[in-house]
Amino acid sequence: MRYLTARKRAEAKGASGTGTDHHWHMQISSVGLAFIVPPFIYVFGKALGSSHENVLETFSRPFPALLTALVLVFGLQHFRKGAETMIEDYARGITRKILIIFLTIFTYGLTATGLYALAKIAL
Amino acid sequence: MAEAKPVERPLSPHLQVYRPQLTSITSILTRITGNALIVAALLIVWWLVAAALGPGHFATADAVITSWFGDIVMALSLWAIWYHYLAGLRHLYFDAGKGLDIPTAEKLGWVLIFGSVILTVITLLLI
Repeated sequence: MRYLTARKRAEAKGASGTGTDHHWHMQISSVGLAFIVPPFIYVFGKALGSSHENVLETFSRPFPALLTALVLVFGLQHFRKGAETMIEDYARGITRKILIIFLTIFTYGLTATGLYALAKIAL
Repeated sequence: MAEAKPVERPLSPHLQVYRPQLTSITSILTRITGNALIVAALLIVWWLVAAALGPGHFATADAVITSWFGDIVMALSLWAIWYHYLAGLRHLYFDAGKGLDIPTAEKLGWVLIFGSVILTVITLLLI
């Protein structure tokens, strides 16, 4: 008989070691993205293939700029956590750690690059 | 000690002997489409940076992204995002504890496949 509460016995167990935290954040970001992705597809699709002036004009308007920024930030965070799940499924040990570190650096780097471009266009 | 004799043990399902099912395939496709969308994300960010930097840079990025190859990549990405979108909604529905019986799950699988194609075609016609 161990003098532990049921909660203490369960905490930090399971495949992830972090309980349902990761899954919960995927749910939050997926609901958020469900609202912003369709308008983004429309805005981006309209801008793609048009002239340089038109692209600059589109993304300097507040709605397309904010929408694109939101999709970039939350889309790539959603990607980071999803891709991390995939790495955790297929890679072990040091390989897993290195891949997750690269993934994290890459997604934050890509987000920052995209935001820089948006800021330069919009401001 | 008793003699060691081989025991007929049941084989656990393995990918190579696993009969493909609509539910498993649609689930795997969710992962593939989600991760493959990074290609589109990279292209879009590159395109935006090029637009921000000036007409010369933009011309290069735009030529690549609107070439026939770019068109194929973007069209496939469009399908991938719609598929992943519907699969994500299905995931939320499953997570709520609903639609987990086999007939409903199979039906939802067909909804993903046909729904994603229909949404892709509609989007391509609209924009």
